[in-house]
Amino acid sequence: MKKVIVFITLKQGVLDPQGKAVQTSLHSLGFQEVEEARIGKYIELYVEDQENVSERVQAMCEQLLANPVIEDYRFEIEEAVHS
Amino acid sequence: MKFAVIVFPGSNCDRDMYHAVKDILGEEADLVWYENSNLANYDAILLPGGFSYGDYLRSGSIAATSDCLKQIKAHAAKGKPVLGVCNGFQILLEAGLLPGAMLCNKNLAFMCHQEKLRVANHTTLFTSEYEENEIVQFPIAHGEGNYFCDEATIKELRKNKQIVFTYEANPNGSTEDIAGIINREGNVLGMMPHPERAVEALLGSADGLKVFQSIVMNWRNSYVASV
Repeated sequence: MKKVIVFITLKQGVLDPQGKAVQTSLHSLGFQEVEEARIGKYIELYVEDQENVSERVQAMCEQLLANPVIEDYRFEIEEAVHS
Repeated sequence: MKFAVIVFPGSNCDRDMYHAVKDILGEEADLVWYENSNLANYDAILLPGGFSYGDYLRSGSIAATSDCLKQIKAHAAKGKPVLGVCNGFQILLEAGLLPGAMLCNKNLAFMCHQEKLRVANHTTLFTSEYEENEIVQFPIAHGEGNYFCDEATIKELRKNKQIVFTYEANPNGSTEDIAGIINREGNVLGMMPHPERAVEALLGSADGLKVFQSIVMNWRNSYVASV
């Protein structure tokens, strides 16, 4: 079993109204040093061991998990630790 | 003319859409549950607004992967009309039937009010009953209607006259004030504002009626007349 961690982020140049609001809130809390905040998604997948995990996950990202018009993705694959 | 109004878990404008075509227009219409649906015998498909699958992942993304959408793609490939409104538009974008994507409204608010729109292309099968550049009033009701696409896509949209409705006072930050776009072939229209909620004076506007009248008129002209 593999644990796949997928990070979805907005593409550079795509406005992030949520990130903007979070940045404004951080400023109002006194964290003036925050020059930008961008909100993304974190997804964990547990997948059966197979040879082409990486290609399969890439296809998942392109077909569903990320929207290539506005989002970039990257992922990490590690051994799943059974609990 | 026979319309299918597709119902996904979380659709909430399906009844309004049904009411518009069935009761106001007097055409045949069915509410069609997305699972095990058979769309072969319908002349036009209407994708209503709402929050299909609770807007999980991204608005419209889960519905876009359903078997129902495969059928809708096949329907569209035959040149038959498909209209997606609000969440229906988001589904069409996610399914790749229309270019671009939706972002959160610029002000982060869910907005629900009347908006003035310009009919930027009155030569489509959805807008032929309107005058050129006619100003109409439809309600909007969305949190993610901020249309985004890259510069190359905008150029394409402009060149092919695919921008069909624009906002007079852009409420959500949409690129080029876009409120509705059509595919290159001219038979798939997606729009954020709700024409089905503007079909009777009682609702505050009857300006949306012409969208449905245009569909029927063009269908009669191209199919019935030729039989």
